[in-house]
Amino acid sequence: MKQIKVYGPGCARCETTEQMLKDAAAKLGVEVEVEKVTDAKDIAMAGVMSTPGIAIDGKLVHAGGVPSSEKLETWLAQ
Amino acid sequence: MTTGTHSSAPVRSSPPAWAWAWHVAVVGLAVVWWLVYRQLLPVAEFFTAQLPLDRHSHAGEAIAFFFYDVPKVMMLLLAIVFAMGVVRSFFSPEKTRAALSGRHEGIGNVMSAVLGVFTPFCSCSAVPLFIGFVSAGVPLGVTFSFLISAPMVNEVALVLLFGLVGWQVAATYLVFGLSIAIVAGFVIGKLKLEGWLQDWVKDIHSGAAVPAAILDEKLTPVDRYKLGVEAVREIFAKVWKWIILGIAVGALIHGYVPQDLMARVMGADAWWSVPAAVVLGIPMYSNAAGVIPIVEALLGKGAALGTVLAFMMSVIALSLPEMVILRQILTLRLIVVFVGVVGVGILAVGFLFNALF
Repeated sequence: MKQIKVYGPGCARCETTEQMLKDAAAKLGVEVEVEKVTDAKDIAMAGVMSTPGIAIDGKLVHAGGVPSSEKLETWLAQ
Repeated sequence: MTTGTHSSAPVRSSPPAWAWAWHVAVVGLAVVWWLVYRQLLPVAEFFTAQLPLDRHSHAGEAIAFFFYDVPKVMMLLLAIVFAMGVVRSFFSPEKTRAALSGRHEGIGNVMSAVLGVFTPFCSCSAVPLFIGFVSAGVPLGVTFSFLISAPMVNEVALVLLFGLVGWQVAATYLVFGLSIAIVAGFVIGKLKLEGWLQDWVKDIHSGAAVPAAILDEKLTPVDRYKLGVEAVREIFAKVWKWIILGIAVGALIHGYVPQDLMARVMGADAWWSVPAAVVLGIPMYSNAAGVIPIVEALLGKGAALGTVLAFMMSVIALSLPEMVILRQILTLRLIVVFVGVVGVGILAVGFLFNALF
């Protein structure tokens, strides 16, 4: 079970990223628990300056823009 | 920045074999773009001529303006947004922060305003970015220079001014937009208002702990092209309505508003027109794309350049929604100072231009 956090104030790109994450996880058969972090303070504390940011198991892997699904799959497969 | 313990290999999403196809496609499309762009005026006139209207009537003028300007603006945007998407892929908020951290005011403000143009920025992440900057030792005034320049001096505004009004006005806007960002940030820095941040912001020391995986991300040229395409898709999804609406309003002004009305209300002689334009611009929430066709039409009707520029800068740089977002980190006093300093800068530009031209 991977713990995933998506950092973003709730803009369209963050929603897209979250959905893509879930799709990629389902495709790979990886069990995930996705948590959305929308509070500006918590986003900043995590070191994310451009949203959406993604952390997998506590490790920040991405910040800024919607990642490609290939990248998402690489991260989830690790 | 040092490389941390993260060892994730750079992700290469496209096989290099496809790279040449992308290069060819980009060059090919650029050529096609240029050929089509040059034919826009005759095509627009042709379509207008098909309508049962006198070309020189109010409606004829308005429709010809609309038919020519919509495709022209769309094509210019397409090219520049793509190019800027590629250029921006070389910048990131993390790199910009590293460049600005610990800079002194003055040179720091100049760098910050210029980096604000090239660093990918979305107003929805203004708050985390602000905190990320301030907590990593970027001075408050330098951070403000970035926050003023990033939305105001953007490629959409510049391209539209260039395409619709002329390169002189675009260059003027660029120079004075940057100047306002630099000077306003410098002044805010000199006022030493760090104490006016919300309390919780002062306590954050998230530091520059940027994961190496993000800093080390290697992009291939194809990745950069893809980011350009993504930028185009995003901008068009967001602004096409505004552009069509803006151009429609511009067309109505172009066709119907009498020549001397605008000269009287927004001409250089009416001194109060500049402050009025700034105040009017604050609650108006539009992006550059929607406001510039209106700017073009107003200028064509004799409105003074300074007044129109002031209006445009105010609409883009001083927006209520952005202030609501910033309210999370800034006290009301600091927001008032921010609006005051930027507003005075815009007023100065407006008066200066009306006096000079």
